[in-house]
Amino acid sequence: MKFRGTVTIWLKEGIFDPQGAAVKGSLETMGFREVEKVRIGKSIVISLEAQGVEEAGKMLEEMAGKLLANPVTEAYRIDVEEEKAGADR
Amino acid sequence: MRFGVVVFPGSNCDTDAYHAIKDVAGVQCEHVWHTTTDLSGFDAIVLPGGFSYGDYLRCGALARFSPVMESLYGFVEKGRLVIGICNGFQVLLEAGLLPGAMLANDVLEFRCQWVNLKVENNKTPFTLLYDPGEVIRFPIAHGEGNYYAEPDVLDELERTGRVVLRYVDGSGRPTREANPNGAARNIAGIINEKGNVLGLMPHPERCAESILGGEDGRRVFLSMIKSLESGALASR
Repeated sequence: MKFRGTVTIWLKEGIFDPQGAAVKGSLETMGFREVEKVRIGKSIVISLEAQGVEEAGKMLEEMAGKLLANPVTEAYRIDVEEEKAGADR
Repeated sequence: MRFGVVVFPGSNCDTDAYHAIKDVAGVQCEHVWHTTTDLSGFDAIVLPGGFSYGDYLRCGALARFSPVMESLYGFVEKGRLVIGICNGFQVLLEAGLLPGAMLANDVLEFRCQWVNLKVENNKTPFTLLYDPGEVIRFPIAHGEGNYYAEPDVLDELERTGRVVLRYVDGSGRPTREANPNGAARNIAGIINEKGNVLGLMPHPERCAESILGGEDGRRVFLSMIKSLESGALASR
């Protein structure tokens, strides 16, 4: 079965995010004075073959813990879904 | 005595390091391709600056899984010397050979400039030719040199003398203004517990001879050579 995992990574709470701060400044310049906080992360989409959703999740967990995120500074979330045949993204 | 300079795809200070070691410090040096798995012929390894693997994902994250890194763990275990400069420091952090991690500079700038550094510990194989507390000048060139570690890790580094270099002003004070990237406690370089792995953001190879505008960096390599000659750490 084919699965699509999405690993979303952010800097941990409390760690200053210069990129987010810069974007927040620009949003304020645009007039969005309502913006309280901007945090920028990344999203990694991985298509993979696995027996089931549990196995896919386990593999993605290992990938995220060992390579995709740095546990010292980053937190991550994993979402897995079955990849529909013919689906194109 | 043989030094090796690792070349990852995207390394760009490898030739400078090679030149500083071979032509300036005057010892044997070779380039070591990142797929090499045998480091047994070397006494010291340099992980040079640059943008290994394009700095993709995170600085140093992909280099960590190069074949050469597997052998580097054993090399470190044997007590041989490893120095990671700039991107090489980032690789050592990602590889877990040094504690902590690098964040983007807090100043929204890539910083390419000279900095003052205080030699906080000269009882290391990399700094033994500097005076204790000596203030030296090295160039930096990085966008991600904002050293980060949890407070207890920082305390432990301080307590055990493992903060080797710190960004300071001309009088040796670690002020906010002297900190070019927001690094925790103005940390520019740290060493591992065993004392044979140094990581630093500033570039000693770019100030190893007067034609480059400064010679303060030369003693890093000369210290390593002296230390290897005395055999203090080698357990071959």
